[in-house]
Amino acid sequence: MNQMLNVLTVFSILLLALVLVSVRRARIRVEYSVSWLLAAALLLVISQWPGLLTRLPAWLGVSDAALALVMVCGGIFLVVLYRLSLVISDLKDSNVALIQRVAILEYRLESSKEQSNG
Amino acid sequence: MKLLVLIPAFNEEGAVGSVIREVQAVLPGTPVLVVDDCSKDATVTVARKAGARVLAAPYHLGLGGCVQAGYRLAYELGYDYVVRVDGDGQHDPRYIPLVLETLQREGCEMVIGSRFVNGAGEHTSHARGLAIIFFRAILRPILGKPVHDPTSGFVGVNRTALEVFSHTFPLEYPEIEALVVLQRRRFRFVEVPVQMRRRQAGRSTITPLKSIYYMLHVLLGVFVNILKMEAKRR
Repeated sequence: MNQMLNVLTVFSILLLALVLVSVRRARIRVEYSVSWLLAAALLLVISQWPGLLTRLPAWLGVSDAALALVMVCGGIFLVVLYRLSLVISDLKDSNVALIQRVAILEYRLESSKEQSNG
Repeated sequence: MKLLVLIPAFNEEGAVGSVIREVQAVLPGTPVLVVDDCSKDATVTVARKAGARVLAAPYHLGLGGCVQAGYRLAYELGYDYVVRVDGDGQHDPRYIPLVLETLQREGCEMVIGSRFVNGAGEHTSHARGLAIIFFRAILRPILGKPVHDPTSGFVGVNRTALEVFSHTFPLEYPEIEALVVLQRRRFRFVEVPVQMRRRQAGRSTITPLKSIYYMLHVLLGVFVNILKMEAKRR
């Protein structure tokens, strides 16, 4: 189990570093980095707290610590993905509204030009 | 009474010109608006040459977004009625006066040109026929009345529906979900018999796999629309 926790530690530190570097280079906006940073921090806490991992299987009703860890990781990333789906849906709505508005404004501009040209 | 004929079009250079001319022959002087969904062919040029006004989307919106753009413009320009016909020539413009007359006489919010009210449902593929039967059964209890041709895009709406649709309209496959949007507001629709034709040019993009996706997507959309809260509006 120790090796598994070490791997998890390395993974969570890499994830933290990746997200922080991406934010610093302005490739991820700060508000969208929060979910990833929280997820990485949570994984780091789990990896550094072996006592928690020994109790997790009982709480989750599974027999194996590895399976419990997979369930926790899966849950965390499902929440992150859900949040991203919300963001994408909102962006899609905004995009459609903007495209429609641009089309309507162009139409009105052309109509005004035609009217002023006689 | 201000009427607008709305033609959503995506890569319909082969048919849209004749559809516009047919509309103008049936309803001389009635404005025709082609909403071009960022076609890659000469749809815009052909439509303008045939005498229509063109609302050109700078990016592809999908059918629902394209139709909604037309509804939004029509509402802003103060139109009382909008009749939508497809740009592929399947909808015969000779039935537009019937749709309009029914809208005015019945005072309902929407009139659907239906292949199945009196007709035999000609020119319907097997996949579409199955989808129609399936959605008839689903929609019957939701709408509280039968709808014979729920996938028909030959639709007329009055200004009340126009106002709603300019804010709330399904983006991908709008026909069936639009009925649920109307039902949630206790609006009425009426079906009138029309005959539909084969598309005059181009090819349908619907494949068997897409048909399954369509059914699942619309089914989900119907139930989402039933449950939807109207707090967030574009």
